[in-house]
Amino acid sequence: MMIKSIFSGFGGQGVLMMGYVFAHGAMSKGYQVTYLPAYGAEVRGGTANCTVAVADEEIASPIASEPDYVVALNTPSLYTFQNRIAAEGTLFLNSSIINIRPTRQGINVVEIPCGEMAEKIGNPRVSNTVMMGAFIKKTGLFSPDIYMKSLEVVMGGKKKSVMEINRVAFMAGYDFLNI
Amino acid sequence: MNKKVLMQGNKVIAEAAIRAGCRFYAGYPITPQNEIPEYMAENLRKIEGGTFIQSESEIAAIHMVIGASAAGARAMTSSSSPGISLKQEGISSMAACELPGVIVNMMRGGPGLGNIRPSQGDYFQATRGGGHGDYRTIVLAPATAQELADLTMEAFDLADKYRGPVIMLADGMMGQMMEPVVFRTPRPRNYHDDFIMKGAEEGKSKIIRGLILDPLDMEEHNWKLDRKYKLISQTETRHELYKADDADIIIVAYGTAARIAKGAIKRLQDSGLKVGLFRPITLWPFPERELRELAERVEDFLVFEMSTGQMLEDVRLALQGYAKISFHGRPGGIVPTPAELANVIVRHCDERCKDI
Amino acid sequence: MKKVFEKPKSLKGNIFHYCPGCGHSIAHRLVGEVIDELEIRGKVIGVPPAGCAVLAYNYFDIDMIEAQHGRGPATATGIKRVLPDRVVFSYQGDGDLAAIGIAETFHAANRGENITIIFINNAVYGMTGGQMAPTTTLGQKTTTSPPGRDTVLDGYPVKVCELLSGLGGTTYIERCTVNSPANVMKTKKAIKKAFQYQIEGRGFSLVEILSPCPTNWKMTPIESCHWIDESMSKVFPLGVFKDEVSAEVKP
Ligand SMILES: Cc1ncc(C[n+]2csc(CCOP(=O)(O)OP(=O)(O)O)c2C)c(N)n1
Ligand code: SF4
Repeated sequence: MMIKSIFSGFGGQGVLMMGYVFAHGAMSKGYQVTYLPAYGAEVRGGTANCTVAVADEEIASPIASEPDYVVALNTPSLYTFQNRIAAEGTLFLNSSIINIRPTRQGINVVEIPCGEMAEKIGNPRVSNTVMMGAFIKKTGLFSPDIYMKSLEVVMGGKKKSVMEINRVAFMAGYDFLNI
Repeated sequence: MNKKVLMQGNKVIAEAAIRAGCRFYAGYPITPQNEIPEYMAENLRKIEGGTFIQSESEIAAIHMVIGASAAGARAMTSSSSPGISLKQEGISSMAACELPGVIVNMMRGGPGLGNIRPSQGDYFQATRGGGHGDYRTIVLAPATAQELADLTMEAFDLADKYRGPVIMLADGMMGQMMEPVVFRTPRPRNYHDDFIMKGAEEGKSKIIRGLILDPLDMEEHNWKLDRKYKLISQTETRHELYKADDADIIIVAYGTAARIAKGAIKRLQDSGLKVGLFRPITLWPFPERELRELAERVEDFLVFEMSTGQMLEDVRLALQGYAKISFHGRPGGIVPTPAELANVIVRHCDERCKDI
Repeated sequence: MKKVFEKPKSLKGNIFHYCPGCGHSIAHRLVGEVIDELEIRGKVIGVPPAGCAVLAYNYFDIDMIEAQHGRGPATATGIKRVLPDRVVFSYQGDGDLAAIGIAETFHAANRGENITIIFINNAVYGMTGGQMAPTTTLGQKTTTSPPGRDTVLDGYPVKVCELLSGLGGTTYIERCTVNSPANVMKTKKAIKKAFQYQIEGRGFSLVEILSPCPTNWKMTPIESCHWIDESMSKVFPLGVFKDEVSAEVKP
């Protein structure tokens, strides 16, 4: 098994964090992982993305030419990646701010109004965590517990209240998807 | 037991260096290795006796490393291709003066300013000495974050053992990528006090120099260095074999390219083609004998590099007349996909069948 | 009988290979005497340059490590940071310091490295045969400025003390010369002060020494000494440019 995912959005939307926590969770679950951020000139102009590979075998290339999953938090990301998604792959899109829909056929599209949901929870900055709730539910790679533990490690001893609101956000996204 | 952590390649190198006892780092910012100086700025200065300097140039950095090394510290500098060109003056000097030190090159596309994408265009520079004069440097080529950690520690040991500069040659992808790592416990340092310059105290004064004006003496110094290089060639080669046991065709690749090759080989598992990998871990000394041993039972070798063909020359030196050698290269900062390389291998095999 | 002239202990006693009347010989001797007087022979580390003084380690009986051309301040930085209680100096010519090594010099000074630079300004590249140096004066003939240094073609003499004394990192900057017994004594005092400041941990010090190069100036030693008075020191005025400690700055 080899699953490659791309997380993409504006700098500041927390896309690198999403990928990092996801990779960390997969590692603690015992998978092989690689995490590759876009760097240098690629991240100028305010966009950011990272690629995470998760496998039960050695990972050759950390690059995803045909990602199984793409998480697009903004419209430019949708344009950039919709045609790269593997056939039968899944596109997660932040329907709160992306108004267009993919023209690409033969992929699954999961729309999560994660911006609005985060607002409702009380902090627009946790919209990426809402998205990750949905992402983890759909991919089924590991449990919410593992994700929350990894988030705690990655955030390095943030305040309890911060962890709590992220937990609420994660579960909101997780429960949003009925599968 | 040491814990498994998820860490970016550049930071892995810096952390491994600190754990190995590196107490002096100087460097100048250049993408894609900036996380090394940043990590050192943050962490090396916190350690007793640890010095981090953001130098005014790569030239200054390597000469600071020379001073620190002479004064007895485990010392390191890092850069990417254009900056490594500037360091060559100092690397040559370290070889001449027999001073240990570690130089990290996270290669990017070149020549010139090139770009900041992963590339393997500095193989010649690294393995042929790089600077002026008759010398060599040990060159280690990691392919995983784990190897970044292990080989960085090993680089310091080798630098001390053979008293000279050791190059860590990786690329932007290895530097930027995060992978799980377990830091092993480093070996204690084994470096003789006599080599350290501390001031003469009450005793005889010491000189460290590469200037040897008498050509006969210089020749003797060259031969002395050469004896050291011969010893290194005989004893320090490292390589990895992957699915090579019953292979009909062997891919020769190092670093990132070797990862891609492994991916391609896996894709071809069910194709009926028997493909294996020979991955040099030391680029100098090049594992020539080990490669030639393979040629006793395999006659088809495909060299794959993210360059226009540099390691290819070492493969030819090892195999010319023993086997058929072909080449696939993607220079300029392109990291090809395993699928692409798998196609290349299939096409290569098709043509070979036509030959027969 | 009382000995009035004795070889400094920190010199090996090998005969200098410098040309007759060369300032390097005097500068070496002064540095040696200062090391003796401060009793630091056992803990001083010197960094000689590429230049006529490249073989300085044959004369000094102290630990020395060669630097590549111009890189002395960087090498000295590396040593000093690892061994902060040693006395570290680099010894550099004007080509070495003010041309190829200006960046290393400027930034070591600006970082306030606690090292000392002995800077021999002889207005030419001595070792390579008298080519134009950054410090060659206007109109001065050299092998690469045959009609004389011309501002349009060759730019202006670089004034190192003036340049460095403006940097926040520098503590003590003085320009001296060795063209007369009185000036030699002054130079020795300056060198001693520079080393003393370093020992006290006060930061970066540099002593520039206007130094005769009779061979490439194509003058006798006596003429060279006069030329320093009449021409060279007009371009490079003598004096203390910076003294953060006793604040006796003149020019
Ligand atoms: C990289 C490099 N370029 C050029 C040289 C040749 N070189 C040796 S000494 C020197 C100039 C020395 O002049 P200066 O620094 O003024 O010292 P002086 O000999 O006058 O004391 C030059 C250009 C060198 N050794 N290294
Ligand atoms: S060439 Fe000039 S600087 Fe060099 S030794 Fe002769 S007089 Fe001195």
